[in-house]
Amino acid sequence: MTRLINLRPGRRGRIVAGAVPILILCLVYAVAAALRHADNPADKVLPTLGAMGTALWNMGATVDPVSGQVTLLADTLASLSRLGAGLALATVTALVLGLLLGVMPLARAILGPVITVVAVIPPIAVLPILFIALGLGETAKIALIAIGIAPYMTRDLAAHVAALPAEQFIKAETLGANSWVVAIRVALPQMMPRLIETLRLSMGPAWVFLIAAEAIASDVGLGYRIFLVRRYLAMDIILPYVAWISLLAIAADALLQALSRRAFPWAKGDAR
Amino acid sequence: MSAGPLLELRNVWVEYGEKVVLERVDLAIEAGAFVSVVGPSGAGKSTFLRLLLGQEAPSRGRIVFDGAPMRAECGPDRGVVFQRYSVFPHLTVIGNVLFGLECAAAPVLGRLFGARRRVALAEADAMLDAVGLTHARDQYPAQLSGGMQQRLALAQALVRHPRLLLLDEPFGALDPGIRVDMHDLVTRLWREHGLTVVMVTHDIGEAFKLGTRVLAFDKRRHDPHAPHRFGATATYDVPLLRKNGARPDAKTAA
Repeated sequence: MTRLINLRPGRRGRIVAGAVPILILCLVYAVAAALRHADNPADKVLPTLGAMGTALWNMGATVDPVSGQVTLLADTLASLSRLGAGLALATVTALVLGLLLGVMPLARAILGPVITVVAVIPPIAVLPILFIALGLGETAKIALIAIGIAPYMTRDLAAHVAALPAEQFIKAETLGANSWVVAIRVALPQMMPRLIETLRLSMGPAWVFLIAAEAIASDVGLGYRIFLVRRYLAMDIILPYVAWISLLAIAADALLQALSRRAFPWAKGDAR
Repeated sequence: MSAGPLLELRNVWVEYGEKVVLERVDLAIEAGAFVSVVGPSGAGKSTFLRLLLGQEAPSRGRIVFDGAPMRAECGPDRGVVFQRYSVFPHLTVIGNVLFGLECAAAPVLGRLFGARRRVALAEADAMLDAVGLTHARDQYPAQLSGGMQQRLALAQALVRHPRLLLLDEPFGALDPGIRVDMHDLVTRLWREHGLTVVMVTHDIGEAFKLGTRVLAFDKRRHDPHAPHRFGATATYDVPLLRKNGARPDAKTAA
């Protein structure tokens, strides 16, 4: 008999197999919501799909009379610009430091311990410091995201560069490359696929830090909205917002993956 | 250029703490020679190559290269081909060959543009033609076979016209048939470019087939209670005179 570990579903089989648990979850939710509403038509804990649809329509397709904006759109733009700025800051920092640490043993000796220390500090614990030092505006939120993920990304990239075969560096030196050329022509291009990979892995924590910062001090944003409507037990808004955030995260991940595949055809051989 | 040997090792030792890897290596290598280095595993063949490459410094003794003491750092006067990882995976075939020319001419940007790039490209293309890789010009190394990758590594190393070409088991990972093709290629390049070659190999047949001189590294003395206390040295040094007629006139070529 074929062993269980050797059963490999085909393309269509994988899609079906993956969809089943998701459908079951949706079904369980719908049944549970219907049962609760049969008991108590005013139940707020498990809103029906219809109620969530209505809430989503109110948030996402109608202009809020107080702010004069479409709430979901304004929240999404605010959150994504914070996330984007934080990720950009972290990426640039990690790229420069990771390259430096990976290529130069001297830089590793000087900066390695500092980065290790910074990396073990729980970022949420320094959030009050950021709010005190940078004020309650955008800067503190962006800084939290950057501080939260940059040390991990830096260490990951530095380790990746340091693990490149020593032969390549020797070869580059015998071809007359100076330190700078070795860094930008040998190490940097080979870092790029890994940069996208480590960015993908950092997206999860970045969202956590974003929502945490928004929950504590903000007046617009996806995280702010969820924590605001929590006061009214508005599960019909919270659940669609959570689903929307997940959708954004999945889209960002797919985008990065496509970019990596498109931009680095030479790395495909490694990915076998 | 001085009339002396291209490379001279005088009483060279390599020690790592207690462990002696090489001891009392005295050698002179003439320009134009093809030196094969053989020996059992752990006899310091690779250490010897790293010394010549400048990747490592001797703990005692002197290495004189082209009339001057050798610096313990790799430079463009010595080319190298390793068994693996010699080519850059992120550059195309032509990009790999071009790299050496770009390093020489553009120390800040590491890239050439315009007319200078065209000149360099022509030179790189000629080098690719010499190793028979023109058809794979725009492919990435991952798409090439092992033999083609080593051809590329040779082209890449030779484009800077090194005084000394070091080969570290360059054909060790190749199929026997491909290996014979590579032997012909290396012999041809050695003659045409007037190269001085030092090749480390496990294959004694290969060593005698290609070399004008075969060095065998081994330990002269052995202490069974402390095997690390004695290092290896060149125990046999066999000149293969029959090939001297085929040798390039290296002194004028260089």
